[in-house]
Amino acid sequence: MSSNTFDVIIVGAGPAGTTAALILARKGLKVILIERGEFPGAKNMFGGALFGRVLDEIIPEYWAKAPVERFINRKIITLLAEDSAVSLDFNSAAFKQAPYNGFVVMRTRFDRWYAVEAVKAGAVLLTQTTVDDVIREGNQVVGVVARRAQGELRAKVVIAADGALSFLAQKAGLRKDFTPEQFSLGVKEVIQLPPGALEERFGLTGDEGLSNEYLGRMGDGLHGGAFLYTNKDSLSIGVVAQAHSLKEKQVTIYDALEKFKRHPAVAPLLEGGRFLEYSAHLIPEAGANMIPRLYTGGMLVTGNAAGLVLVGGVFLEGVNCAIASGRIAAETVLQAFEKGIFDKRAMAEYEARLKASFVLRDINRYKSAIPLLMNKRLYEVYPSFACRTLENWFTVDGTGHPKLAGMVKGLLGEDVGLWQLAGDGYQMGRALLW
Amino acid sequence: MVNISVRLKYSRYRLDREAHIKVNYEKCRNCGRRACLTACPAQCYLPQPENGVVFNYEACLECGTCYIICDQGALNWNFPKGGCGISYRFA
Ligand SMILES: Cc1cc2nc3c(=O)[nH]c(=O)nc-3n(C[C@H](O)[C@H](O)[C@H](O)COP(=O)(O)OP(=O)(O)OC[C@H]3O[C@@H](n4cnc5c(N)ncnc54)[C@H](O)[C@@H]3O)c2cc1C
Ligand code: SF4
Ligand code: SF4
Repeated sequence: MSSNTFDVIIVGAGPAGTTAALILARKGLKVILIERGEFPGAKNMFGGALFGRVLDEIIPEYWAKAPVERFINRKIITLLAEDSAVSLDFNSAAFKQAPYNGFVVMRTRFDRWYAVEAVKAGAVLLTQTTVDDVIREGNQVVGVVARRAQGELRAKVVIAADGALSFLAQKAGLRKDFTPEQFSLGVKEVIQLPPGALEERFGLTGDEGLSNEYLGRMGDGLHGGAFLYTNKDSLSIGVVAQAHSLKEKQVTIYDALEKFKRHPAVAPLLEGGRFLEYSAHLIPEAGANMIPRLYTGGMLVTGNAAGLVLVGGVFLEGVNCAIASGRIAAETVLQAFEKGIFDKRAMAEYEARLKASFVLRDINRYKSAIPLLMNKRLYEVYPSFACRTLENWFTVDGTGHPKLAGMVKGLLGEDVGLWQLAGDGYQMGRALLW
Repeated sequence: MVNISVRLKYSRYRLDREAHIKVNYEKCRNCGRRACLTACPAQCYLPQPENGVVFNYEACLECGTCYIICDQGALNWNFPKGGCGISYRFA
């Protein structure tokens, strides 16, 4: 084999690509993992939660080796109105124990560490290299073109793990053009807190940590939400906005983030903090409605490149789906190598395996959450409605304390009618409950 | 209003000599909404007095938002050359 020929080429050293590289290299295949960033993770940002049970199966007790910030034992969901908020605060003892439900991580540290694990297993890691195209022979993908001298690399199989914008899937003719409705944009700030402040403000001891998801109108009318995660001694705080609303509303996401940081429920948490970095990234959010063709002869599409993110409004699971799909891609490739067949039929096994796994089962299960998340009242009406209802209900001003149903009825009609409320309630139920 | 350029002074970039996104300004001059002006999280697009925009690639975070929202086909959008562009440290 020449130095430009491999068994498998993997494009993108995010969680999907690195997982595939690690598993294939362990089995002795000649694998190259190509990453455009200065190092794996340099281009990557996310909110903060690694739901690592899938990783535990690949690297047992990964938390003892990986650069994790804190385990997440507390999950808070907050509805946000202009100057009030109502939260559901969940605290679990089980989440504090191995194998842990999830950890806060920073991608610049985690992705880098994970790629080194693949290298230790024998994969070749090529950073600072942007892949521009696939090489095709007839119906078969047989390699990629990297933007560098002697950039043509060949392999039996190419795995596209190049993230949300996957130009590779596009070049291979596997995906349609994107629409703004399929994406949200997230921005994040990392804020260093004074020593001890994190523990004190969030009531954390030791390695305890929390995530807080906020739902409401962001800035002056963006549809989306916000998030907060506790790192070791800093906070990750950010805003997510649906791309179509960014297009329609002419409101900037950084002004929305600034407004969120000034919210009375948020500002005290940031006090005395020192700004470290600002970052931005897209989230493919259309679930089942944006999955491209997942394979062709000699090629598989994984992780964000395949739109494999589970979106439920109050949860967002992408890294675990990326790891699982990377693993399933690797297993498909291993089977293809056993048989020595890499055509489209052999690659079809990948889709079958994904459908049998939690990845596509969950994404299909939560299909009806997508229209719910496009319902504008979810951002413009209900969060402030809930806050106002409770504000009125809890106000003690000597005019009498009405029962809740009466309060709701009084406020109804201002923003939303009873039938609409019933309809939206049903939509919400279909999306998340049954 | 936040001055986003101040925020981006904390970011680490390795600049390519060439812009990775090429804008066909002709199309921008006929673009009614100019959604890129407010949608870009790094304020890379700035308005021209009458119509149209100017694009500065230096602060780009490579998120792809302009690529998915520009409906005039004005953008020839590519990732920067390997190793160039934004390099996060805490994301
Ligand atoms: C704001 C935000 C918050 C999120 N929060 C969470 C969360 O809390 N929990 C969770 O599980 N998920 C979350 N996600 C989703 C999660 O980040 C993604 O689903 C996950 O990163 C997908 O992994 P991936 O490996 O498929 O793609 P990526 O992580 O995007 O990796 C793709 C890699 O490919 C490289 N690349 C791309 N194109 C090329 C090319 N042409 N040549 C060479 N290299 C290339 C990129 O540099 C990158 O390293 C969030 C996402 C965002 C944006
Ligand atoms: S949206 Fe597209 S065409 Fe319109 S100004 Fe922006 S880049 Fe130009
Ligand atoms: S890719 Fe993102 S940061 Fe770069 S110009 Fe487009 S919208 Fe702005």
